[in-house]
Amino acid sequence: MSILLFFLASIGAIVGAVGVVALRNPFYGVLSLVAHLICLAVLFLLLQAEFLAAAQVIIYAGAVMVLYVFVVAYIGGQDESLGTSHGVLRVLTPIFVGVLIVELLIALLGSGLSAVTSKGAKVSTMFGSANQIGDLMLTKFLLPFEVASLLLLVAAIGAVGLARRRVGYGPGDVPFDAATIAAAPPAGTGTMAEASGDRPVAGFRGEDR
Amino acid sequence: MGIAWYLAVSALIFAIGIGGVLTKRNPIVILLCLELTLNAGNLALVAFARMWGNADGQIFALIVMVVAACEVTVGLGLIVALHRRGLKVDVDELEELRG
Repeated sequence: MSILLFFLASIGAIVGAVGVVALRNPFYGVLSLVAHLICLAVLFLLLQAEFLAAAQVIIYAGAVMVLYVFVVAYIGGQDESLGTSHGVLRVLTPIFVGVLIVELLIALLGSGLSAVTSKGAKVSTMFGSANQIGDLMLTKFLLPFEVASLLLLVAAIGAVGLARRRVGYGPGDVPFDAATIAAAPPAGTGTMAEASGDRPVAGFRGEDR
Repeated sequence: MGIAWYLAVSALIFAIGIGGVLTKRNPIVILLCLELTLNAGNLALVAFARMWGNADGQIFALIVMVVAACEVTVGLGLIVALHRRGLKVDVDELEELRG
């Protein structure tokens, strides 16, 4: 049963990975990656990483991929044009990838580790459960846990800063230079100076003064 | 199934991802291929964690997932900023670092 499941999931994962590279429309590429991630979650389950499999499906295939779908929809998933500028790279890449596969397989499988060909160490049924992961995260790996939360905060702030609308930098925008900032805004537009009474507005009779 | 099979799948997915990063021109697809390589690394980490019967590798994989989420956030923010400024979203056209 587990052998059948392993082959189904690994073939699904590899087909999904090939789909990400081969499909021309980025939207289909994102959907292919979702299929790939779900197959990987099945492989994680087979390796007794239950919590990681759940996190993979919920966070990765759920939240992160929704972000991708939103951005592809916003940009307008234009089909990839057949570029000719990459002539050398297009010839060299398959050779490089082939060499890389051979090298990785030699490094991983020819390492001489006797445990590689085994089914792994004897583990209890608690291995990889949310219980064990949570215990490790709050004791042995407390510092990486806190650093990861800080990294997420920095990334969120950075993304807001990167993607916010800047005035005056687009092709058709009015330049937003120092002179524009220095010039006083028109009267009656509700500036702070008017609100505090430092700059009286003609024709406005303040009730509270 | 032996651990070696999982490592072979991981190596294949990693190589496919690297090939995609090298050949693709759309930055969104390049980010997708980067996700492939990170996930291949995750699979290898989880396989080794199972091999030693030690859950430390699973924590490592979880941290890799956090880093991947951050990378996606910043990368997609960059792509949205590129699109807002009317630049062509194509890594071959974006050969100048100056704005």
